[in-house]
Amino acid sequence: MRLFVLFLCIVMLGGCEREERQLRLDPPVANVLDQIKLMPNGIGGTPPEVYFALGRPYETNAYNLSEGKRLYSWFGCSACHADGQGGIGPSFLDGWWYYGPEMVSIFASIRDGRPHGMPAFRDKMTTDQIWQLAGYIQTLGAYSAKTAAPSRNDDLQAHPAENRAPAAILFDQGPTPVHPEQGPTP
Amino acid sequence: MTLLQRLAPLMMLPLCSCNGWQSALDPHGESAISLKALILLIVTVCSVVWMLVMIALILALRRSHPPRPRPLQRDPRTARRMGATVIAAVAATVAVISGLTVASFFTTRALAVAGRDDLTIKVSGLQWWWNVEYFGATPDQNFTTANEIHIPVGRTVRFQLEGDDVIHSFWVPSLAGKQDLIPGRPNELSVRAERAGVYRGQCAEFCGLQHAHMAFFVIAENESDFDKWANAQRRPAAQPTDADAVAGQQAFLSKPCAACHAIRGTKATGTSGPDLTHVGSRKYIGAGLFETTRGSLAAWIADPQTLKPGNNMPLVPLSQQDLLSISAYLASLK
Repeated sequence: MRLFVLFLCIVMLGGCEREERQLRLDPPVANVLDQIKLMPNGIGGTPPEVYFALGRPYETNAYNLSEGKRLYSWFGCSACHADGQGGIGPSFLDGWWYYGPEMVSIFASIRDGRPHGMPAFRDKMTTDQIWQLAGYIQTLGAYSAKTAAPSRNDDLQAHPAENRAPAAILFDQGPTPVHPEQGPTP
Repeated sequence: MTLLQRLAPLMMLPLCSCNGWQSALDPHGESAISLKALILLIVTVCSVVWMLVMIALILALRRSHPPRPRPLQRDPRTARRMGATVIAAVAATVAVISGLTVASFFTTRALAVAGRDDLTIKVSGLQWWWNVEYFGATPDQNFTTANEIHIPVGRTVRFQLEGDDVIHSFWVPSLAGKQDLIPGRPNELSVRAERAGVYRGQCAEFCGLQHAHMAFFVIAENESDFDKWANAQRRPAAQPTDADAVAGQQAFLSKPCAACHAIRGTKATGTSGPDLTHVGSRKYIGAGLFETTRGSLAAWIADPQTLKPGNNMPLVPLSQQDLLSISAYLASLK
């Protein structure tokens, strides 16, 4: 019994560490985070080393994912991609990644734009906002659930919860691409 | 210093809330005055009842009780007296409670009554600010503002209240009672200010992270000042004249600002953020967060998420020059 109580106390200590919220990135860190290395075809690559030194915060931190979700609606992503189902632009929920599911590819798509209509958000968003949004979009089309999830909607949510790995549920083999003029197929 | 002297400042602390621009005990509106009377009535009656009960209790405890050899056998005279006491106590309780209920009913019923010809203002609660729409005689006289409500003194004003995201509550303690703003269910509240002044209001229903920073101001002024203000608000925004503000207008319209904010008279027609047509004329920005100055406007634009974490305005990357000119432009929108 005494051992059990001791164990319980130790487990409860774990609750003392709260997830950290970084409200604003240090400008030098933001500058470095902007320097991703992309493959010549614009698909895949490596993020700067500081990204790993920080512990991949844009994939594992729930606050960043929540901010990404807010940015998704603030910057009008839903005008083309709807609630992840796609429309004028490709869907995220179907699990098809035209430029690969890596964070750097998604980051580059948002920052620099892509052919056939995806605009560049370089001047409209800060570097950490683009990373946050990229992390959220990766979650939308994830095949396996992440350890962190963005907060739930106050209103109706038109797609499965982000922490249920939507693409694993909704993966669609085709052969009907949402938009045939999507650019180079991988 | 005796203990009493030390405690005196502490004991006087609650008195601070008895007046000021946000106090139900310092009423300046018709309904707030009747609510205060109701509060005083209920507190007085309940205090008297409490005192009487306590006195009776103390007397009963202090009375000497002679030993009773056969406690189950009751003297009929005592039994009659006990019965009469219980009946009297029950009757007094029913009378007091129903009296207070009737007083409360008549006081609160009067709060919701407003005539059709009264000035109508629609207030929508959003996380975490207030959208205010004024309705004129014709639709072209309608205008929109935010977080600051002007009303004429001595005239009944009808507020139409509705929440746009979650439930909020509209509360100006010095003028009226609370009324909830519920999404999809419009509520009404009639307010009549009896004295001119600036009254602070506050969201009174927990609505999220920045609930505490969801304030607004009601400015009661005489009829001619109110008309002057309303006419100024109806006009589209002034075109900037000095070079800084002209550059600011350019930057405002080309950056994402215009996607969420409206400035009447320009191409900015966004509706998800507060209307900024006359933002320079309002006393506060950020729903009571800072006084409106060019400096506070610039600070807010530079980093809204640090000043009010969780609010719906993203940090927009701006050059130093753009930030300076946009703040000059917004401060010039009187």
